[in-house]
Amino acid sequence: MSPDGVGQGGGQGVGASLLRKEDARFLHGRGRYVGDIRPAGLLEVAFLRSPVAHARLLGVGKPADAEARVFTMADLAGVGGIRAASALPGFRVSEQSVLASGKLRYVGEAIAACVASSRAAAEDLAAACSLDYEELPVVSDMLTARAPGAPLIHEHWPDNAFLETQRDEDLSDLDGIAAAKVTRQLRTARQCMVPMEGRGVLAEWDPRLEQLVVTSSTQQPHIIRSGLSEVLGLDEGSIRVIAPDLGGGFGYKGILLPEEIACAWLAMRLERPVRWIEDRLEHLTANANCREHHYVVTAWADRNGRLLGAEVDATVDSGAYSSYPFSACLEAAQIGSIFPGPYTLPRFRFRTVSACTNKPPILPYRGVARTGVCYALETTMDALARQLGISPARIREVNLVPPDAMPYRNLVGKVFDSGDYPEALRRAVAHFDLDRIAARQAAGECVGFGLAVFCEQGAHGTSVYHGWGIPFVPGYEQAMARFTPDGVLEIRTGLQNHGQGMETTFAQVAHEVLGVPAARVRVVHGDTALTPYSTGTWGSRAAVMGGGAVAEACRLLGERALAIGASLLQAEPGGVEISGGAVRRRDGGAEVTLEEVARTWYRRPQNLPRGVDPGGLEVTGGYRPDPDTGTHSYACHAVVARVDTETGEVVLEDYVIVEDAGQMLNPMIVDGQVLGGLAQGVGTALYEEMPFDASGQPLAGTLADYLVPGAAELPATRIDHMETPSPWTRFGQKGIGESGAIGPPAAIVNAVNDALHRFGAEVMDLPASPARVIEALEKARAR
Amino acid sequence: MKPAPFTYSRPADWPAAVALLGGGARPMAGGQSIGPMLNLRMAQPEGVIDLRHLPDARGVTVSGGRCRIAAGTTHAAIEDGAVPGRLGAILAGVARRIAYRPVRNRGTVGGSLAHADPAADWVAVLPAFPGDAVAVGPAGERRIPLASFVTGLLSSALRPDELLRAIELPVLPEGTRWGHWKFCRKPGEFSKATACVLAVPGEAPRAVLAALDEPPMLIPDATALIAAPEEEASRIVAALPGLDPWRAALARTALRRAVRMAGEDA
Repeated sequence: MSPDGVGQGGGQGVGASLLRKEDARFLHGRGRYVGDIRPAGLLEVAFLRSPVAHARLLGVGKPADAEARVFTMADLAGVGGIRAASALPGFRVSEQSVLASGKLRYVGEAIAACVASSRAAAEDLAAACSLDYEELPVVSDMLTARAPGAPLIHEHWPDNAFLETQRDEDLSDLDGIAAAKVTRQLRTARQCMVPMEGRGVLAEWDPRLEQLVVTSSTQQPHIIRSGLSEVLGLDEGSIRVIAPDLGGGFGYKGILLPEEIACAWLAMRLERPVRWIEDRLEHLTANANCREHHYVVTAWADRNGRLLGAEVDATVDSGAYSSYPFSACLEAAQIGSIFPGPYTLPRFRFRTVSACTNKPPILPYRGVARTGVCYALETTMDALARQLGISPARIREVNLVPPDAMPYRNLVGKVFDSGDYPEALRRAVAHFDLDRIAARQAAGECVGFGLAVFCEQGAHGTSVYHGWGIPFVPGYEQAMARFTPDGVLEIRTGLQNHGQGMETTFAQVAHEVLGVPAARVRVVHGDTALTPYSTGTWGSRAAVMGGGAVAEACRLLGERALAIGASLLQAEPGGVEISGGAVRRRDGGAEVTLEEVARTWYRRPQNLPRGVDPGGLEVTGGYRPDPDTGTHSYACHAVVARVDTETGEVVLEDYVIVEDAGQMLNPMIVDGQVLGGLAQGVGTALYEEMPFDASGQPLAGTLADYLVPGAAELPATRIDHMETPSPWTRFGQKGIGESGAIGPPAAIVNAVNDALHRFGAEVMDLPASPARVIEALEKARAR
Repeated sequence: MKPAPFTYSRPADWPAAVALLGGGARPMAGGQSIGPMLNLRMAQPEGVIDLRHLPDARGVTVSGGRCRIAAGTTHAAIEDGAVPGRLGAILAGVARRIAYRPVRNRGTVGGSLAHADPAADWVAVLPAFPGDAVAVGPAGERRIPLASFVTGLLSSALRPDELLRAIELPVLPEGTRWGHWKFCRKPGEFSKATACVLAVPGEAPRAVLAALDEPPMLIPDATALIAAPEEEASRIVAALPGLDPWRAALARTALRRAVRMAGEDA
């Protein structure tokens, strides 16, 4: 292990399962969310939303007595549209009007902002508005979106696709040489992300600072500031974005919202604080915006199970617009590069389509494209294994990138940093008595075993994102560190905590470097006025980028403290070191605490040495891993599932996750990340689905219809950690935030299909709901 | 998700409550169904009549072999044993599986029945008992057999000027066997198929198949079903129109498992 300073912590540093500093306020109900903030004179907004999926908007009738309280796009003079372009060749740019203008393109699209002193009164206003529109034929399915004669959603486009990507390679000889060939057609369902707290925004104009202050439930306050600036035509200095506590993000809050822009404009226009809080109905019916993929996969293998090649044709339902900042193509265009998975795939061709449909605009949800890709690839691996008569473990073992090949560059140029993928597989399988499962199957029980192995690229930076050409490119991550006069260490970061435990892990990193007790470290975040620029928390990047930046800022701060401390100790700077929160003489004996150093700088400057750095005890440190192509954490999920063949219900009997996050900053928090992700992955696998009818109407309006698994629906789960440090990051840590949500659909459906194998039945589409299981059984029976 | 404006009234006695029905107001007991419907603006009544504070709105009395459960009795009270004896044990088992405890703390047996959602628990279960719903209107009380109380999706035999006052069920002897099975993937989800079987010693066994988007179906003599659950369940379900294959599978399973549970009920 290379990490400098690991272990110095004495139970509070890197690698310690320190209890989360932020939990006291969360557990006592003292978190402060957008919805908790009620400034005097607050106005509430309800949005009149489109009742239809595709129509020409002819007019909005405002209630006769309330024309001054209802605002349409015609009122929002000078406000630009939302444009999230990508520089990928062939990308077609959509322009999303902040409030619909000219056309309605999905059910739930905001048309008018209705302002009142209470939300109920604002909803009354919305209900009193009338709409004049002419319905147009609807594109409700991604596969028919590009069919000849399909109605055009953006009329100046030649067809309904944001982007198509491909990689060509002639695979025509493989049929002749392969021992096995399988083709599968698979689908994942459109989902809602369902954070506990929905979106919310409060906008105010501060006349003293001449500043628009937007408090928003966002993962990316600095990016929202840039976006608001572009659309509203204000300079960034006259906008401050505050992100208070967030009740979950998951990608749902990585977006510049039309509602945010509308509220900001209203606050300036009305000179009153204006607030919009998303409710659950809006969340479900206007924001089912993720995960909907379709795959046709063909794979070839030799008789030992070695992959000879694969071909994938993938379509992602990207919805009606390109969202700022991640764009409409982030999922589909990644599929090609992540489809080879953790394997040494020798030959590959793909085509991906980001299809434009009359549905809410796609956002990248925890796991992003990987959840769908892992599902497509890993179910295909099992189908190959069944055809060859070898075990699912065996076919993976012979194809996984071996540890001695690390770092490994695969055929599409992804570079895996470190790890022992086969060992993760072996360890996972070793948790189970496979003979006993086989015996139960032989006795007629409908039970099965399923595996999924995958890796998760996280914290990928400039070199990966500059080519995408989306509105931002992550560069160096910065953190600020300073001592207060009484020696409290303040860390400021532009990353956003929405459940990751950053207030704890960054305190651990600071403790690791300076030895200040974690309780004396305050992590300040969530405010563009207080923190350095950052693209925010997404892409499993905070532990790597923030961890590195905080460590660097603390190191720089330590140098400043060292010089002052050395002087107080009457030693040469080279003769002292920082440990345990103090500057100590290397020759033993005297020490001076960092608190005393801080007190000297601020309150007793007469004791400072000549030539002291006048910058004082406040520094900014920057960090970027080199190379910055990202860390690859990886995992093997293994599950035993029992299927009730009379009801179609799937019961998860046992679940094991072996994962490798490199050097963990806090293993307890890693466990929490993995388990939280697992819950969402189980939702994707078995429960969550927003059906749309042919007219583009979402059909699940409450959480009684849109099923989200709760604690009672989750399996007892064992997590087994491996810790292979990344050679490229400050402490060897890897991004792990999304991992838990990637593996479950593949592992669970593989177990279900193992159980159904003796009936000749196979589930292809997610979620593997009871209805789909019964349908698969009936289809097999009818054959 | 805020309700449209409505007037709220809290009548002091039953005649006053009944009188308010004429003005387009809707009654509210525990509010667990009408609350969300108001918030979603699926229901936009002129007024809401809060029944919770009426005299004898809740409580259980037993006399003459009949158990009278006031309509405002909560699921939680029934779960906690408000109804005595064998009948009480059966009803407590049903109540325990209604949604979550916070819902059961507020939701009422009468409110649920009068709301007449075919997937609701009491709607599915009560027709199994040879009992009555007690309605109160301008002319006083009348009894409606539970088996014919729910007439369609969200519609019941209550007249527009009537409120549900109570439910009357026969006290059941020890030795009564009971089987109840429903399919919910998680607590709080509405059932996708429910069946129950009631076998009182010396009487023809009764069964109900419910939660299939239609009013509950009573099988007044379930002797054949109990004798041959496989075949009879298939025959009964095959005769139901318009069920997709999955719901049909659930319906058959519900009947078979309710029979099996009644058989195993000591």
